[in-house]
Parts: sequence; structure tokens; C-alpha cells
Amino acid sequence: MTKIVKPYGDTQNDGKVQLSFTLPVDWSEAADEAARQLAGKMGFTDVQVVDGRRIASGFSFFVLYASTPQGVDVDSIAAPAARAHAMTMDEIDAFVAERIGRKVRVAGACIGTDAHTVGIDAILNMKGYKGDYGLERYRMFETYNLGSQVAVEELVRFTQERGIDALLASQVVTQKGSDVKNFTALGELLEAQGVRDRVVLIAGGPRVTNRLASELGYDAGFGRGTVPSEVAAFVAVTLAERLRAQRKN
Amino acid sequence: MELRIDRGCVARCRELAAAITDPVESFISAHSTVSVERAALRLLGVDGITPDDVPLPNAVVDTLGADELGDGAVLPFGRALAETGLEPSALARLIAAGERSLAEFSSTPYEAARGALRPHADAALGRIAAQREDRVARLTRLPQLPPPLLYVIVASGNIYEDRAAAVAAAEAGAQVIAVIRSTGQSLLDFVPYGPTTEGFGGTYATQANFAIMRAALDEVGDRLGRYVMLTNYASGLCMPEIAVMAAFERLDMLLNDSMYGILFRDINMKRTFVDQHFSRMLNAYSGIIINTGEDNYLTTADAVDQAPAVLASQFINEEFAHRAGLPDAQIGLGDAYEISPDLEDSFLYQVSQAQLAREIFPDAPLKYMPPTKHMTGDIFKGHLIDAMFNLTSVMTHQNIHLCGMLTEAIHTPFLGDRALSLENARYVMNAARHFGDEIVLRPGGAIERRANAVLTACEALLERVAESGLMNAIESAVFADVSRSPDGGRGFDGVFARGADYYNPFEEALKGTAGSVTG
Repeated sequence: MTKIVKPYGDTQNDGKVQLSFTLPVDWSEAADEAARQLAGKMGFTDVQVVDGRRIASGFSFFVLYASTPQGVDVDSIAAPAARAHAMTMDEIDAFVAERIGRKVRVAGACIGTDAHTVGIDAILNMKGYKGDYGLERYRMFETYNLGSQVAVEELVRFTQERGIDALLASQVVTQKGSDVKNFTALGELLEAQGVRDRVVLIAGGPRVTNRLASELGYDAGFGRGTVPSEVAAFVAVTLAERLRAQRKN
Repeated sequence: MELRIDRGCVARCRELAAAITDPVESFISAHSTVSVERAALRLLGVDGITPDDVPLPNAVVDTLGADELGDGAVLPFGRALAETGLEPSALARLIAAGERSLAEFSSTPYEAARGALRPHADAALGRIAAQREDRVARLTRLPQLPPPLLYVIVASGNIYEDRAAAVAAAEAGAQVIAVIRSTGQSLLDFVPYGPTTEGFGGTYATQANFAIMRAALDEVGDRLGRYVMLTNYASGLCMPEIAVMAAFERLDMLLNDSMYGILFRDINMKRTFVDQHFSRMLNAYSGIIINTGEDNYLTTADAVDQAPAVLASQFINEEFAHRAGLPDAQIGLGDAYEISPDLEDSFLYQVSQAQLAREIFPDAPLKYMPPTKHMTGDIFKGHLIDAMFNLTSVMTHQNIHLCGMLTEAIHTPFLGDRALSLENARYVMNAARHFGDEIVLRPGGAIERRANAVLTACEALLERVAESGLMNAIESAVFADVSRSPDGGRGFDGVFARGADYYNPFEEALKGTAGSVTG
């Protein structure tokens, strides 16, 4: 039997939702009413405008509470996380030594126009993130951090020249879909050069989800809060499986 | 509130910063760069683009081969001005089109070239001085609210959308508006031209965009009865040129750091050192307050560990700024509230660091940057962390306060986000306006111990840098764990040694006047 869930305010199935938005109008009683009606048009019921005020000439800000009649069946939803089972740095190094038998070559970069290296640095830099060491510290990883604004052509050339096993493409800026454009360009160029199947291709960034990455043809996507060992474990396990499959064929 | 810190240690840090800067200054005075030359051409009045959208200053400098650059671009240009009698932009157009060549005039006497340059140079300095005086007059007529000056960013990519956002932010209490540049502009070796409506993560810095924003802020400032300041970025490969455009269009602040581009954008260090010097000389004359970028040390590595590096960078930035003629009142040294909120007593460490900078640099308009690294998308927690940041800022008397956004790490700020952020800052700062003056820090307590530990570690770091030299220290990754080689990075091919006849009329003029300018 399917179980439909709705947002929970203080009672099962009350569907309570909090909303806030700005309207480009001066504040008035009518503006409050406009905000209420707008939420109604969105399909919400029991709409209450709990705060409405002028924030600048020609702009008003509103906070609303409302109920939604919508619900979802969580059990029917597939959103696979790109998580290999958790391993520590030492376990991953040991795993690579045993199953792959050589160092794994990893290259990472902020591709295209993006200059924000916070994410890729958190994963690759020695220091790591949240007390989890970065890939540069791993004994069995040979890591190249190519930095910011790396053209996809350059990254693909580097991948071919150095025999890179895993490619980490990072995008922080998402304005006007620039992240998706850059990710897509990299995937397409790897395909065109015939090297897509030779690399474990990973997308990363605060707005990246594994689902988005799968849609773009990547092997995995890692979003906000990811620590380096999660990426390292995924790379190690995926590469080991791929090499084993190749040996079988 | 006062920290008891080792003043002898502070004095030694300043001596070390001077020793670190000396050899770099010798290098700077023996070199120039293509961007310094382009900036000088812009000052002379060269403006516009070729039919292929190449800015005229680039087109002129690009006609000179590497072996011809030693005398700079200005002297040959002066010779051509003397012989042709043309206006600078008209001459530049002919040179760009290949109809005239700078080489044609190589036999024109040195003094004739200088004479032809002088009226154009005087006009540029007069134009900048007029903007500086206009700023002083406006600040008198339209006084700002007391510091910390609330500073917000606009970054839609479209200058006209930015304008609407900036005006709304000013009405909501913002006193400084920064237009964030399109991501990647720092790596362009030219400045885009004209008003722009497309950018990624920000809006292109162009002179036309500067003028559009300046006019809008002057209008809203008049309406509100308080001056609203405008900020952009003199960083990256076109640092000196942006300083020229900002001087002409009366920007009030510029982000301008002596090492940021080297470490975080992989711009060649020699290029950066030469460029920062010329741009800062100009900023000094323009009355523009520089904002340095120490926050970047904290966003890329652990904020507790990096505190001594932040202080060391502040000392080095101060020394480079002084050498370019900037008075303390125009040196907005940076710091940021980036310690992990999970750390016990994180607030104590933040107060310690902010107060330490306040006491070491008492006359500098300190720039305080908000939490970004530990903002997660939980807007409610983020709003609270921002409130703690606001409290730290007001109690330690910071001057330039970049307001944190509850939606940091989610999107470039919405108009409503800025209003909520400004309301947060105004509430906290009003409620705690004189808190810092009322409390006494426990002698030998955690805050004071932390401050002295950071200061001692900073001295040790500066000693290491002084021993190896700044360029070698950067190569051995002393700063931000990043290694850059003296001849590596972007823009190195645009650095050249000055020949015997090298001449830049602005350098000569600015050397005498800088330092006497305030406000």
C-alpha cells in the first residue's frame, strides 16, 4: 500500500508550508491581498499573510503560511545517492593497493567560466574539509588540481596525456544555467574524443545532485556537505569494478 | 574594550613588512607592464574600441613588439601626438587601423614628446581632482550614517537590473554598493566596453557601467540625504586600468590586494606587484579607499589556522599601500568571520581577531567580510550566524561591513534577501552600538591570549618570509598553501624591464602629490 506524505506543521497531513517572496509593488492593503491571492493561484489553501511590508520604493516583502493539498509517495521515488559504503582514508588506500595495484590518477578543475575553487579545493587539497583529509594526502592517489576556469578542451587534453582515471569537474556558479552548460560541454568532448569510458567522470558543486549528474551522463554527482573520503571511495570502488569487468572480457 | 598586546611585537612586524617590501619595490621601479601602459593611455584620453571590439589602449600597445616596449607606450605615443597634432583617441584609431605607426616618429625629440603629453596628462589629473573634490563636497552635504558602513553586493549580470537592486538596497539602509564582476573578468587582459546586460555570477566592469551606477546612486543619495558609495574591483590583469576608470567615474572604493591575484587567480607575481603599485598610486590621488582581500585566506583553508596569515597579509598590504602613497584612511584592510560555527567559543576567537586588527591598525577603515564558508542553505541558522557577525563588527568598531546574506551558498542575493540582511545588521548594530565601549576584556583571558598567540605566530611567519624573500616565500607556499613561481602564472609576458628612456608622466606627477590627499 502506498503512503502519501504531506508537509507536517503540527498535525499529520495538515500540509503546512512557509513561503516568502518579494513583489515589485509598493506596500498597501491591496499588496497583502495580492500576495494572498498569488499563493492561492499556486494551489495553496488556508493562506495567511503573516508579514507584509515595504522594503524599498516599488518593492514589498511577504511571509506567508499556507497549506498544500499535494502529497507524494516517497517509496515510489528513486534518487540514488552516489555513496559507496563509507571507508576511511587508510581503508581506501589499502583497497586501491589490493584491487587496483597502482596509484589512481585523479584530476580536478573548476571548468569553463567558473572561478570558484572552494569546492574542488575542499575535496583535493591536502587539508581537506570537515576534518576529512583531501585526496592529495592519499598514498594511493596521484592528484592534479588544475584550479579555476579550466577550458574543457584543456581538461580533456590533460586527461589523455596523463592517462587520468578519474575526472572531477566542479561548478559553483549556477547563474543562467552556466553549470549545466559547462558540465555538458565536458561530457560531449570526452565522448567525441573517445575517452569517456576510460574515466570515472564526476560532477561536484553545492547545487549538484547525483540525479542531475546522472541525467548529464556522469558517473556520479556530489553536492553540498560532501567530504573527500566519500569521493575517494566512489572513485576507488567504481574504478576497481570497471577494471575487473575489463579483465573478464 | 582593549586588548593588552605586545606592542614591541607589533613594531617588529612592521619592520619585517618593510624589509619584505624593499626588494620588491626595487623590482617594481625597474619594470612596467602592458596594463600600466594601457592605463596611462586611458588617462591621456584614449578611449573606445576598434571595429573588432578591441579596446583602443590594447590595440595601441599591441602594435609594439616585446623588443620595443622598453621605453613604454606613452613616450612613443607622445612623439606621435607631437608630430600629428591629433587628439589621443583619433591618433589611437589610426594606429589601431594600421594607418599610422608609432615607429614612424622614433626620431622626434624626447622633450617634444613630453611637451605634447603634458596638456593631456594635466587634463586627466584635473578631471580626477574634480571628482575627488565633488566627493568631499557631497559627503559634507550628504553625511553618511555612522560606521560600520553597511555594504551589499549586486550581481545580476545586467547593469540595469543591478541599478534597480542597488537603489532598493540604498533605500533599505545600504551605504556602499559593490557591483560584483562577471566570473572570469579578472583573467581578461582587456576591459570590456560599453553598458553590458549579460554576465555570469556578476556584471562586467566597464566604464559605461560605472557611470550608469554612479548616476543612480547620486540620485538616490540626494533623495535620502546621505551619500551612497560605489565599489568595484581593481584586481586581475587590468588592475591599473580599472583604477583609471574608477577615478574618472568617482567610485569610492576598489578591491585591491597586493597578493590576492597571485595566490587565488594564478596571475603572475611580478605582473601583480607592478600593477598594484601603479593602481594604488592612482587610488591615493583619487581619494579611493582600497579594500584588501584577506578574507580569501579564510575561505580556502581553516580559519583558526590561518589567522596569523591574515595578520601577516594585512601588514604587507599596509606597507605596499604606504609605499604607493596611500594614507591610512584609505587602506581598508580585510578580515572575515569564517571560523566554524561548530567550534566552541568561536565567537570569542572572532572578537579576538577583529579587535586585534582594530588595535594594530587604528586609523585604517577595516573591511569586515561575512561568513560564507559555513553557510549551508539553512537560511535560519545563516541569519543567526550573520547576527553574531554583525555584533562582532559593531563591538570591535569595524568600518566597512559587508552584510552577510541568509541565502549565501544558495543564489546571488535576491532583492528581498538584501532587505532582510540590512534589517538584521541595522537591528544588531543599533542595539549594541556602544557595547564595545562598555566592556573590559579579562586580562590574560581567552580573548587576549588568542590575540597574542596570533600576533606571535604572525611575527614568526613574517620572519620566514623576510628571510627567503617574498617571491620565494610565495613559491614555497607560505601563503594559503598555494605555490606560485616568479615567472609562472598569467600575464607574465606583459611584464617588461624599463629602458633608459622609459617615461610615464603620471608616475612622476603622482609621486609628489600622493599622501597629501584625504577623503
